[in-house]
Amino acid sequence: MTSDALRPRRRPRRGVSIIGVFGELLITAGLLVVLFLGWQVWWNDIVVGGQQATAAQELTEQWGPIEPAPSPDPSSEPQDYGDPVVSAVAAEHSGFATIYVPRFGADWQRVVGEGVDMSEVLNDTTLGVGHYEGTQMPGEVGNFAVAAHRQTHGGSFNQINQLAIGDPIYVATADGYYTYRYRSTEYVLPSGVGVLDPVPQVDNAQAGDRIITLTACNPLFSTAERIVAYGVMESWQPRSAGPPAEIAHFFSGAA
Amino acid sequence: MYGALWRVLPGPWWVRVLILLLLAAATLYALVTWVFPWVDTIVNVQEATVEE
Repeated sequence: MTSDALRPRRRPRRGVSIIGVFGELLITAGLLVVLFLGWQVWWNDIVVGGQQATAAQELTEQWGPIEPAPSPDPSSEPQDYGDPVVSAVAAEHSGFATIYVPRFGADWQRVVGEGVDMSEVLNDTTLGVGHYEGTQMPGEVGNFAVAAHRQTHGGSFNQINQLAIGDPIYVATADGYYTYRYRSTEYVLPSGVGVLDPVPQVDNAQAGDRIITLTACNPLFSTAERIVAYGVMESWQPRSAGPPAEIAHFFSGAA
Repeated sequence: MYGALWRVLPGPWWVRVLILLLLAAATLYALVTWVFPWVDTIVNVQEATVEE
């Protein structure tokens, strides 16, 4: 082999062709779309989800000092605190409650804001979960209905399809802690507003139960349907009684 | 286009690669910080609520 053979062969010099530039622009555009999708359904969910969880932590700290959770006493019956206190309806777009679903992750927490406006509540980095205006408040007889994104903007209800019967759903307000138990899931069309009725899907019925309703879009990467998860309130305790044991770790740092 | 960029850049190949990496990082930062959030407000197709 001579040294000539090792030298790169000189190819005919190509000028910048229009088709070449056009092709590179197309490749660049495709890359940008893929990057955007990755950002939208993955990276931004992590970033915004973290911001929304931090906001939930800060809201509970604004409610004042936390009573220490009472040490569990196996001999005592669960205390009955009577009918739950129902908070007054909050100002539009303001956060008034926090929600905890251990099934969504031990550290999962979100602020519930008043209203389901997309840009003001559901997409907000300090809220994320929205309370349907006109539906009942936490602890109230009827239906406490909330919505959140399943993907994008924090993807708050991403794992809503993973709920199993009996899973706790905790809601905290400045007045106390409300423990709901997940009961069932329903799939409806986007127009299925019956799920927001005081007795879901029953017109003009006299409400007797305290229901929580979570709505999000279904299936993933689509908005064709809505997934709706129902829970029933099991118990409540006033703020002075301290948080339920399973969510006590969210409140321990604030004392 | 990218070939022209490569030819315009000064220095030996590793300096050019370094400059390109820095350019790519700056572009990615600008996209994530400004461009993508802006695009997101335009192509917001994610709905989570039921309504009439």
